[in-house]
Amino acid sequence: MHALLDVSGLKKVYEGSGRRVEAVRDLTFTVDAGELVCLVGPSGCGKTTLLKCMGGLLTPTAGEVLLGGRKVSGPPPGMAFVFQEYGRSLFPWMRVGENVELPLKQKDLSKARRRELVADALESVGLTDAAGAYPWQLSGGMQQRVAIARALAYEPEVLLMDEPFAAVDAQTRADLEDLVRGLWRERGITILFVTHDIDEAVYLGERVVVLSASPTVVQEQLKVDLPVERDQLHTRVAPRFAELRTHVYEQIQAAKRGTLPVQDRLTKTDTPPLH
Amino acid sequence: MKGLNTALGAAGLAAFLALGEVVPRVGIVKEAYFPPTSRIASAFWTELNDGAFWSALGDTLTGWALGLAIAVGAGIAAGVLLCVVPYLREATASTIEFLRPIPSVALIPLAVLLYGTELKSVLLLVVYASFWQILIQVLYGVQDVDPVAEETARSYGLGTWARVRHVLWPSALPYVMTGVRLAAAVALILTITAELVIGAPGLGATIMVAQSSQAVPEMYALIVVTGLLGLIINVGARTVERRALAWHQSVRGEVTV
Repeated sequence: MHALLDVSGLKKVYEGSGRRVEAVRDLTFTVDAGELVCLVGPSGCGKTTLLKCMGGLLTPTAGEVLLGGRKVSGPPPGMAFVFQEYGRSLFPWMRVGENVELPLKQKDLSKARRRELVADALESVGLTDAAGAYPWQLSGGMQQRVAIARALAYEPEVLLMDEPFAAVDAQTRADLEDLVRGLWRERGITILFVTHDIDEAVYLGERVVVLSASPTVVQEQLKVDLPVERDQLHTRVAPRFAELRTHVYEQIQAAKRGTLPVQDRLTKTDTPPLH
Repeated sequence: MKGLNTALGAAGLAAFLALGEVVPRVGIVKEAYFPPTSRIASAFWTELNDGAFWSALGDTLTGWALGLAIAVGAGIAAGVLLCVVPYLREATASTIEFLRPIPSVALIPLAVLLYGTELKSVLLLVVYASFWQILIQVLYGVQDVDPVAEETARSYGLGTWARVRHVLWPSALPYVMTGVRLAAAVALILTITAELVIGAPGLGATIMVAQSSQAVPEMYALIVVTGLLGLIINVGARTVERRALAWHQSVRGEVTV
């Protein structure tokens, strides 16, 4: 049985104007169907590069990405992208409904089906009434909800989210995190969520992939053994949550210093030892 | 505040017209060359009741509209093509930079050689002058496409044509609109110039005839008409721009969050 998403030996080197930047050195990991995986790493470690390679927006220098066993060579139809810059990713010349519908027009769907998908997606993110508004008439959090609705309506197998909540305020962020977990549980889609926020990664993910500093390799993979039912109030103060986030934090600090704790590297622990 | 501004504007215009009336009458300037406002106004009224005036106005507007339409169509098509086809823009940049600064009026002898006093002469000059205004704006506009918007479109599988239509074109539209507004003004200047110098039928030719037949108030009245035309064209272009760009931050104003 293959994993839904299979990244192997991925390497990306940017070359241009006499500079050679190795953004991603050698990344190998898999995501199973229906998983919610968080990728976390120090800033500037090539998370966005990785995600763009996975989404077929960038061609990797070496290695490959397989989606459902097929090599990704351009944006695959089974993938949807949610960008950090919602304000630039939504088209200001289109109303919310049109923004959500636009990608569907590329698919061979009837008008009735498209409408149904748009209405359903907007309802899922709690924005049924906003279909006729322009994105810039909405708050930042609402705009990112629209971007999520657009991705949902596209009915992807995999949802790639690139630091989607980095630009919203803390309260909105908590709401959106719960929204993502809710959608994941309701719809059973596979989500790969990139963040630089350790708490967010542990709170959201079923598994956390910790990346090293650039040039990037996988520092550690960690199963989050928190209950499926999570809420902002209790989960975040649970002792296990604290342990996990401390562990990830240490890993990231180690990654920044460029030292790989030997025993972690060898054991590739699924769960960190209880402290 | 707005009412006050309107009142001030009206008062200023009235004062200007009154000055135009008084200065020639008291003999500060020669009345033969600077007729008082009232004489120009009456000549203006006479023109309005003259069929020849309306046909001249029609000729001018035809030359303007046709020339502008051709320039807009060609400018947009060329601009998009230059940006969509790889390397084409770099290959044509130097040629464009050479051709663009050539003043359109320098082509008057060529226009006369080719088409005499026909409408085509006017069109040649108008299209040449307006085309660059549009093309340059389209080139800038297409460059201004937000990379995030472009990546979003690509990630959702939009093909080249769909991206041109849904992303590139709306992104470039504010620039195109500016180009059209500038080109509309330039097109009017060139239409009148061509008629004046070449003698193609239109308001410019009528001004020339009025001047050579010493009908000075009529000449001024016709000049006023060209000024009014320019004003109407500018207001019209701005209205179209505001309608087309209601979503753009330069137009949409206060946002309710």
